[in-house]
Amino acid sequence: MNLSGDIWVWVGALLTLSIFSFLYKDNPFYKFAEHLFVGVSAAYWMCMGIWGTLVPNLFAKLHPPLMKTILPAVAGKEPDYWYFIPLILGIMFLMRLSPKGAWISRWALAFIVGTTAGLYLTRSLRSDFIGQIQYSIIPLVTYKDGAFNFVGTISNIIIFLGVFCGLIYFFFSKEHKGAFGVASRVGIYILMITFGAGFGYTVMARISLLVGRMQYLFADWLGVISR
Amino acid sequence: MKLNRKLLWMLCICLLMAFPVNFEANAQEESASDAVDTTGIPPAPPVNVQAMDKPNDNGHGIVITWEPSPDEDRAEDGVIGYSLYRSDEKDGDYTEVRTIAAGMYSIDYEGEVYKYEDQDDREKIGSNPNPDFLEKGKTYYYKIQTTTATGLTSEFSEPVSAAPRGDWFHTGKTSYFIAIIIYFALVLTYIRQAKKGVHLYIRPIGGIEAIDNAIGRATEMGRPILFVLGTGSAADIATIAGYTILARVAKKTAEYQIPVLVPVNEPVVMSVAQETVRAAYAEAGRPDLYDEKNIPYVTAMQFPYVAAVNGIMMREKTATNFYMGLFHAESLLLAETGATTGAIQIAGTDQPAQLPFFIAATDFTLIGEELYAASAYLSKEPLLLGPLKAQDYAKALIIFFVIIGTITLSLGWDFVANIFETSI
Repeated sequence: MNLSGDIWVWVGALLTLSIFSFLYKDNPFYKFAEHLFVGVSAAYWMCMGIWGTLVPNLFAKLHPPLMKTILPAVAGKEPDYWYFIPLILGIMFLMRLSPKGAWISRWALAFIVGTTAGLYLTRSLRSDFIGQIQYSIIPLVTYKDGAFNFVGTISNIIIFLGVFCGLIYFFFSKEHKGAFGVASRVGIYILMITFGAGFGYTVMARISLLVGRMQYLFADWLGVISR
Repeated sequence: MKLNRKLLWMLCICLLMAFPVNFEANAQEESASDAVDTTGIPPAPPVNVQAMDKPNDNGHGIVITWEPSPDEDRAEDGVIGYSLYRSDEKDGDYTEVRTIAAGMYSIDYEGEVYKYEDQDDREKIGSNPNPDFLEKGKTYYYKIQTTTATGLTSEFSEPVSAAPRGDWFHTGKTSYFIAIIIYFALVLTYIRQAKKGVHLYIRPIGGIEAIDNAIGRATEMGRPILFVLGTGSAADIATIAGYTILARVAKKTAEYQIPVLVPVNEPVVMSVAQETVRAAYAEAGRPDLYDEKNIPYVTAMQFPYVAAVNGIMMREKTATNFYMGLFHAESLLLAETGATTGAIQIAGTDQPAQLPFFIAATDFTLIGEELYAASAYLSKEPLLLGPLKAQDYAKALIIFFVIIGTITLSLGWDFVANIFETSI
């Protein structure tokens, strides 16, 4: 056993144990770690918002000379007055802090939600509609090096049936009865098999995170194992 | 007789196989005898150099094409590269843009022709101007020089010019355009039908049916309801679907006078959630019960947010937990904690990677599009029912094209598959 002499390793280890203590039940150690975690992260994101977004993307665009000491790259740049639009929207958004002017913030909200949803439209169309068709059109019979490829053929037939039955399951305006119901049931079975595989795959990834924490505790902190 | 015919065929095949070999051998011998020592002789410049506006772009790209120099494959000291030069005046100073490797394995070689896109080629950016560099509408001149392995260079090719211009229509996305028109036509048609009062059937969805029961349970137990909108942005489609379900849940909680807690991890999501709940309480006739503190901003970081929501579950002893929106790695952490508290849990997300966790750890899960359907199912509003019906027709179209495309591709025809080949 070779205990770490680094104070920050001790802080990290004790906070890790505090979070792990939630596995037993909610307790003051967990509450302390939780509040510290939330408070530090909220403050961190606020600083990131100011220095990563507001300063370079708004103030430096509207008044470059004002920001040249912080961002030397903007020295000599002309102001870009288009950025008054996001400034105004931002001020409108902050109006929700005023009881009388709260309604003004809804315009900014509507603008953000509406434009972003509109921009997502073509992206969704590409991935969910055109892309779905594009990648689902595959030959049912495949050949490899001029010879019939049994595994490839079975794989493609499963993909074809999976897409067909999966889509049938997601029909909402028709009752799932008869042949339609059978295809829908096959569709949900295929989905569940996929989810099962996905579950196992992701759990493995999570286990690696746990291993990382254990290494921190037993190697970096306690020194009972080597990395 | 049959044997003789077979022998004749074999003889023919042998002759056919033998002739090309002899022909190639002869050709090699001829070229070897004609080979000229070109060492020290500068190569010829490339042929047929052309410059044109890059199609389907925002007006900052020029495409330059040329055919290989006649000396590219000469026996001695062949061409190894083409240096491209640019100027904004025909007889002005030209600066080198790039040297493009010669030969059929060059990434810029596209079957007999070299093609280079001069776009956003970084004329500064770290400290100052670039804004896509090539100026829209301005004429640029290009000329090319070939270089050999020993460093010999050719004369410059004749200058060619082009001016970049922006395009309003991306021809590579025509299939999107047609799909959007068809989809919107379907949406408008069915919204109109729904408004006229035509009954649009929606099949029962397990998770949605359970929502009212779950709210009723919380009321009986006198405990609050937790509604988590996930960790997406305010405009993610799943988050928007989450707002609609939140509106329904909030209206019911206002009627039953139990609090709904909505901790959020994004300021804009918080604002929209507050507006949604406020409107739902007003609609239920209980604006006095609305408490903004029940919809707090926690933090934008994923795992601190999870720690806080888990703490809320344990301390407030929520009877029902809803997880509706865009979720990432936090899905299992939330759902598992909720399960240990004994709460009824209903989840819905369109993230395939997180659905397995919700299916495993919650009582009801809305899978993918069921989340979007939930809002129409709950509200029965024509504006939501119409798109749902239109989506079903869009799915029918997908099935149709997949079946036709698969059959034709299996038979060796790729014309249906090519319709959906798109460029970005």
